[in-house]
Amino acid sequence: MVTKVKIDPITRIEGHLAIEAVIDDGVVKEAKSAGNLFRGFEIILQGRDPRDANRLTQRICGVCPASHATASALCIDDAFGLTDKIPDNSKIIRCLILGSNFLQSHILHFYHLAALDYVDAVSVVGDLAPFVPRYEGDYRVTGQKNAELVNHYVRALDIRRKCQEMLAIFGGKMPHNVGIVPGGVTEKPTEDKITNFLWRLNEIRDFIDNTYIPDVLAVAKTYDDYFAIGVGCRRLLAYGGFDLPTGKLFKAGVVSPDLKPETFTKENITEDVKHSWYADSSSGKNPAQSQTKPNPNKQRGYSFIKSPRYKDNVYELGPLARMVSNYVQGETITKELVDLVLGEFSAGVDALYSVLGRHAARALEAKFVADAMVDWLTCLKPDEPIIVDSETPEHANGAGLTEAPRGSLGHWITIKDKKIDRYQVITPTAWNASPKDDKGQPGAVEQAIIGTKVKDKDNPFELVRIVRAFDPCLACSVHLLDAKGSKLGVFRVV
Amino acid sequence: MATKKYPVIWLQGAGCTGCSVSVLNAVSPKIQNLLLDEVVPGHQLNLMFHATIMAGQGEPVIEVLKDTEKDRKGGYILVVEGAIPTAESGAYGSIGEKDGKHYTILKSVEELGSNALLTLAIGTCATFGGIPAAKPNPTGCKGVREVFTENGISTPVVNLPGCPLHPEWFTGTISVILFSGAQALDLDNLARPKLFYGQLIHENCPRRADFDKGRFAEKLGDPGCLYKLGCKGHYTNADCPIRQWNNGVSWCVKAGSPCLGCVEPEFPDGTSPMYEKIAFQELTWSQK
Repeated sequence: MVTKVKIDPITRIEGHLAIEAVIDDGVVKEAKSAGNLFRGFEIILQGRDPRDANRLTQRICGVCPASHATASALCIDDAFGLTDKIPDNSKIIRCLILGSNFLQSHILHFYHLAALDYVDAVSVVGDLAPFVPRYEGDYRVTGQKNAELVNHYVRALDIRRKCQEMLAIFGGKMPHNVGIVPGGVTEKPTEDKITNFLWRLNEIRDFIDNTYIPDVLAVAKTYDDYFAIGVGCRRLLAYGGFDLPTGKLFKAGVVSPDLKPETFTKENITEDVKHSWYADSSSGKNPAQSQTKPNPNKQRGYSFIKSPRYKDNVYELGPLARMVSNYVQGETITKELVDLVLGEFSAGVDALYSVLGRHAARALEAKFVADAMVDWLTCLKPDEPIIVDSETPEHANGAGLTEAPRGSLGHWITIKDKKIDRYQVITPTAWNASPKDDKGQPGAVEQAIIGTKVKDKDNPFELVRIVRAFDPCLACSVHLLDAKGSKLGVFRVV
Repeated sequence: MATKKYPVIWLQGAGCTGCSVSVLNAVSPKIQNLLLDEVVPGHQLNLMFHATIMAGQGEPVIEVLKDTEKDRKGGYILVVEGAIPTAESGAYGSIGEKDGKHYTILKSVEELGSNALLTLAIGTCATFGGIPAAKPNPTGCKGVREVFTENGISTPVVNLPGCPLHPEWFTGTISVILFSGAQALDLDNLARPKLFYGQLIHENCPRRADFDKGRFAEKLGDPGCLYKLGCKGHYTNADCPIRQWNNGVSWCVKAGSPCLGCVEPEFPDGTSPMYEKIAFQELTWSQK
């Protein structure tokens, strides 16, 4: 029997998302992930002072604003000809700000966005909103362990808050830090700030090592069938990120389904729009040339997300992509961490392409970043510069590529007459939650859902667990209707 | 004494979730206290709907909205985060599907706003439109109060702007409401509580002495008043210098950045370019 499952809204993600799945004989045959990231940011940016993009684009997302701050600063540095002049202190402080936000975002994701799909909070706190209503049935963690995980949900609220407080030492405030600016940073690394940062970081590292990672492993042991659910496209991509004086923490890389690393070249990125609400004339272009021309009446369209592709193929981005990219390129710490966890489950690398593989990669990545941050702190030089002088060029182009908690993020700018002429942003969720491309290939989340066995269509745990494992970020993912309020096209998962 | 519970519906419009994240950063009370405990003795919030936090999804959570609106008519607090896209009859944004149709942000704010006890518009998007409403405002975004006025909705609106808002501007406003009632909130002509938005940044700025003595920073990273680098503290009404951010760790000017004027209705168009000086005499807003 063919049934259609529709979930609108998908909650416990950033932004609004709708999912529809066509289920035939208990197995998902078709899936559409439909989000809408169109607030017109790229249009609003036109004609403004290029430096303001750094402040405005952070406001794309309140969960990962430090990533947009980083990407836009790198982008403007590039356009202003500053890339080779950025002081070491600035590079490190930018990474400390971005790293702090990785930690808060990953901890928030596991405990506050994802965990309620696995942990039975109601048995501890009672029938209390916002913990009810919920899907009923498949809660397998019980007794003492369940109570402990609910307790950690509460404790993690404190820890993620402390990540934000740590960030504010150099960022001024969070969300929407003011510390990262084109040319460098605004806050000097005095010794007292370095030590203050270090001891906040140590408390967070203790939580990651002794609570977060053990909790992810405990959930994994109880739900080990999820090492085989939500496989996805098996192609992984990372632009690389955390630009330190010594190089990038995360290597850029393209990983094929047989785990072969290839060199990443940003010119190979294109954006298809055949199934998105944008004018077809803008399809297939590199973001350095593309325009945002909304066309909400396009019948084929079902999402405001474009379909970014690399050499015309679908790729998954995020912690899994970064950890595997580092792994296959022989980065030793990543390899040790990943092998340790795979050994724990007697599993091969294949197990990583799964719901649990994504959660595990995210937790290990939190440790990898947090431990590295200690070393960065010790490289700060209190007496050395934090910013270089700059002048807005008459005409220039720039690109800023980095890694955000959810995957690779890119900003592209064209400056004319000292004003922004064109600004393009490709977010990691645009890659992961993209609709079908011009060749008809479904996006990464869609591919992860297709083929999934759904045990109970009234409580389709499998679908929301798959979607949330990607940690989608659809800042203001609003759905588009026509003027009469009826649907403009099928854009949910049908 | 029985605990008095206040149902809360928290809607997210055209925004970035940053105000929700900011409220997660609250310290005393913490977010877990807001969710689980009596915030003040005898009074407790009951967060019925919040898309980022709640366990449920899909149709059952839309039912929660319907039930709360019907069963607790005139008795729940509506929190709105994010602007309201009004172009094309609200077609640019919906919060989910209701009765087989998209429940637009515009319609949900109108319906749930009409039947609320009180509406808290949090963040500059929900209060004044903010960045989504910046030129050329492609989706016709507006703040809650403007939408209410245009639709004849008389539910009182308290504006708590900021990009994002400070968590204590939220918890402090809740405290006034629970202790003394909403009528005890002393609001300015933009419906902001004077308790938090009653003084200029400039009045309490630690770099004020530099301004008074004419010591100005010429470039970012320099000591001195940031006025020449575009600081908007001289016409921005907020208590950031006293309260500071993130559990008192820092705030914009302390970290060497000009104030962006993010709590004011003209943010961002009237406060741009952000790194260019805007003189006192160029101020246009009515309350100055």
